[in-house]
Amino acid sequence: MTSMTLVRRIRARPGIVFTALTTAEGIANWWGPDAGPVLMSECDARVGGRFRLRFRLLDGTEHETSGEYLEVVNPTRVVMTWEWTFGGEPDERGHVSLIEIDLKPIDIGTELTFTHAQLQTKISAEHHEWGWSGSLEKLVRYLSARQDPAATR
Amino acid sequence: MVKYHEEPLSRTFGALVHETRRKILVRLEREGSVSISELAEPFAMTLPGILKHLDVLSQAGLISRTKEGRTVTVQLRASPLKGAVEWLRRYERFWAPRLDKLTAYAEREERKASKPR
Repeated sequence: MTSMTLVRRIRARPGIVFTALTTAEGIANWWGPDAGPVLMSECDARVGGRFRLRFRLLDGTEHETSGEYLEVVNPTRVVMTWEWTFGGEPDERGHVSLIEIDLKPIDIGTELTFTHAQLQTKISAEHHEWGWSGSLEKLVRYLSARQDPAATR
Repeated sequence: MVKYHEEPLSRTFGALVHETRRKILVRLEREGSVSISELAEPFAMTLPGILKHLDVLSQAGLISRTKEGRTVTVQLRASPLKGAVEWLRRYERFWAPRLDKLTAYAEREERKASKPR
């Protein structure tokens, strides 16, 4: 299992960012169009409600994702599950991951912290007995930073 | 979402899953070139045992061997790990451009909302 976190500082108040994240219309406005069109966007942003998003990428492939809202605190926090219901990551099929979004008011507007956690990795998929704690990921990143000597001869 | 070459990736992660092999890689990273007998030393392991691990690492392209006289030394080859890092970063690549667009959209909405009427 692994996770990733991204942070953005946005010149907009948390309420506006929250609406952009939790309404079908809002999502359709930033999900596309240059990454390919949003084909369907449904959003019932309350605890127990669900979202469903279908989109096409520029390579023509279609993908659909859906999930359930676990926490909805307007305008500071959204937690939802995430699973691919069509296309998506083959390694993630049948696996439910978790998205956590925190919106913190700051002087210029909003600091958004976005975490996608409990992502399946090849290691956790193939070797359940090996406790994945992110340490292998660190090792891979560390070792990969090393330059191979140019092919000798 | 992105097509990866499954086979090399599985070989890379498969090689990394064993603790002995990870320790070998870390040692090679630190020390550069190490002979097979030196590599076997810290492990309570027979030479054939260590050779088996080295074979797995070789097949994954993570080490190369050099013969100097009667001594075979082993070196780390880090390049297959680049693909593994790319794979680990796949969701970052998925979300980063979307969050950039969310930022731009929310900032447009803010300007609209704060425009005096």
